[in-house]
Amino acid sequence: MAIKIILDKCTGCSLCVKTCPFGAIKVNASRKAEVDAVKCTLCGACVDACKFKAIELVKTQERCVMPGIENYKGIWVFIEQKKGKVQSVAYELLGKAHELAGKLGCQVSGVLIGHGMDDQLDELFWHGADNIYLVEAPELANFQDEPYTNILVELIKKHKPEIMLCGATAIGRSLISRVAITVNAGLTADCTSLDIDPKRKILLQTRPAFGGNIMATIISPNHRPQMSTVRHKVMQPMAPDKHRKGKVIRETFPSSLYVSRTRLLDIVEEVESLVNIAEADIIVSGGRGMGAKENFKILEELAHVLGAAVGSSRASVDAGWMPYSHQVGQTGRTVAPKIYFACGISGQIQHLVGMQSSKIIVAVNKDPEAPIFKIATYGILGDVMEVVPALTKAFKQALNK
Amino acid sequence: MNIIVCIKQVPETTEVRINPETNTLIRDGVKSIINPFDMYAIEEAVRLKERFGGKVSVVTMGPPQAECALREAISMGADDGFLVCDRAFAGSDTWATSYTLAGAIRKMGAFDLIICGKQASDGDTAQVGPGIATHLDIPQVTYVKKIEEAGEKLMRVERMLEEGFEIIETPLPALITVVKEINDPRIPSLKGMMRAKSAKITMLGQKDLNLDTTQIGLCGSPTQVVKIFTPPQRQGGQMLQGETAEVAKQLVGLIKDEVN
Ligand SMILES: Cc1cc2nc3c(=O)[nH]c(=O)nc-3n(C[C@H](O)[C@H](O)[C@H](O)COP(=O)(O)OP(=O)(O)OC[C@H]3O[C@@H](n4cnc5c(N)ncnc54)[C@H](O)[C@@H]3O)c2cc1C
Ligand SMILES: Nc1ncnc2c1ncn2[C@@H]1O[C@H](COP(=O)(O)O)[C@@H](O)[C@H]1O
Repeated sequence: MAIKIILDKCTGCSLCVKTCPFGAIKVNASRKAEVDAVKCTLCGACVDACKFKAIELVKTQERCVMPGIENYKGIWVFIEQKKGKVQSVAYELLGKAHELAGKLGCQVSGVLIGHGMDDQLDELFWHGADNIYLVEAPELANFQDEPYTNILVELIKKHKPEIMLCGATAIGRSLISRVAITVNAGLTADCTSLDIDPKRKILLQTRPAFGGNIMATIISPNHRPQMSTVRHKVMQPMAPDKHRKGKVIRETFPSSLYVSRTRLLDIVEEVESLVNIAEADIIVSGGRGMGAKENFKILEELAHVLGAAVGSSRASVDAGWMPYSHQVGQTGRTVAPKIYFACGISGQIQHLVGMQSSKIIVAVNKDPEAPIFKIATYGILGDVMEVVPALTKAFKQALNK
Repeated sequence: MNIIVCIKQVPETTEVRINPETNTLIRDGVKSIINPFDMYAIEEAVRLKERFGGKVSVVTMGPPQAECALREAISMGADDGFLVCDRAFAGSDTWATSYTLAGAIRKMGAFDLIICGKQASDGDTAQVGPGIATHLDIPQVTYVKKIEEAGEKLMRVERMLEEGFEIIETPLPALITVVKEINDPRIPSLKGMMRAKSAKITMLGQKDLNLDTTQIGLCGSPTQVVKIFTPPQRQGGQMLQGETAEVAKQLVGLIKDEVN
């Protein structure tokens, strides 16, 4: 039970405040009644006192509990592969899973779906997997939502893991959402921190919301598996231990499960996004302050020397200087490289939320008041056309290129 | 082509603050807008209607105020709006939200295509679109950046991935989620705004939908938020001073170890 104020109806008349025997109601700054849940005894005096029917005594719903959750054991990691190559996010998740498994006293299993992946199994064991569930077939070579969902659902029903982790990538987020609905599991998106509650032994999932302005810790105590997608580049892979061995569990399913209603016709790799900004350790980004499309050449030169990718603010995408796939920020990509160069970028909040977890931020701007300097690790006041080439030259010398 | 667009009303800014006393979000005085990604969804639906004929319906699940969002979508060219609103739906996470919206969509009638935004700017989950598709048991294509071709029974689209894109053909009905690259949303016309004022909005509550009451609202939501907090603010560091060439050398010295 709880007291509920219907804000639309409340006029802030404070009749309820006078009636409450426990001093548990006040009228707040926005002129609405507010209940102090600690003092409130749910006596209902205020409900009767309100002339506007703005207060109600409501039954709070109970949460449903999935039966048999104690039978779920072990941590699973979805091993994302593209063109038969295990993606680095999978190693990061194995590292985290290994750590969590230590706290739970359980095993880590990877789920690998594809075709002709045998040569990469050892590598997965070295990085923390105790078991690999391997499902192979020619038609599973490339990711497709439906067959991959069907297989994961069947595996979960059969082996009952208590936790399932997956990269918060385009593939991972599409796939795991379908799986979570089908097996009736809680799913937390895009986590940046995971831990185990020492008492309840459940997964504590922490993730940014509102573009990173707020962090939320989320649990799914009554359902299994507890599922999360995890942001790329946040977790650390463990140092490979070539003595680690594991068990390969091959599974096959009726071919009807491998059928997809959608048809993958082609995969097109875009030359310009070959250096994928989400993967890059260093990003050199340019904003409106670059002045013109041609000027991005000086960023490319710096990027070339550093082995970096080139990123962009929305302003330079809107100006047509850079393709959208390079945009960093709220409506673009979220990145967390080791070094982020912000060149001619003012540092509006929508840009910052996409890059503020970078380890080092270097800002080049000619305006000493530019907000980017408030968060930059190192700030350089000056014209990009002068500073950037100087940086390229200095790094070239230092790196002997 | 009958198209349903799912839209969500979100705070205009992501700069929300937490009330330290109650540990809840301070939403007072923050204007609400249509989730930016859903603007692309509305625009794409209206463009398809302009090419192929048919109808665009918008649906949102939210508080009564979310009606404004529906009217704004109608001003951009949608035909009608559905507001899924009931106290029984309060506290829904993405599981229960997609279940409820799927129930509402069944009620709204036959459709060829559902379009969602890639993700909502408040929760950033990107889970509700695939969730709806799964509950309705229809195929999905996420992160669509272009509709190459659309016919009565089939559609060919480009789906954005980290390093390029896939070309995917899907039978209809299907659900797609769209990214910013797909179009430039139009500014509502005066005529559109006039129409939006008087357009009919259909309310759908729990009683109107055929739902399992254990799968809606708080009860149907496996996830629970146990804590919200403001992340430690990143502190500004050091301004490097001096001649450009000098400053460049200084920086190299400071960060060279990170470059390999
Ligand atoms: C809903 C919404 C979503 C958004 N999403 C994003 C997003 O995902 N990503 C994003 O980046 N933005 C996003 N924006 C836009 C954001 O608010 C800013 O408008 C944008 O980031 C500004 O880009 P900018 O810093 O390149 O340009 P400006 O703000 O114009 O800044 C240019 C900077 O360059 C400096 N400068 C100019 N000339 C020189 C020179 N010769 N040398 C050195 N410095 C120079 C100026 O001092 C200035 O600080 C979004 C906005 C909204 C409303
Ligand atoms: N309450 C809602 N009502 C209608 N559509 C929604 C709602 N929540 C999410 N959506 C749709 O699902 C997309 C993804 O939202 P989310 O999973 O919250 O990031 C949004 O862009 C909308 O198209």
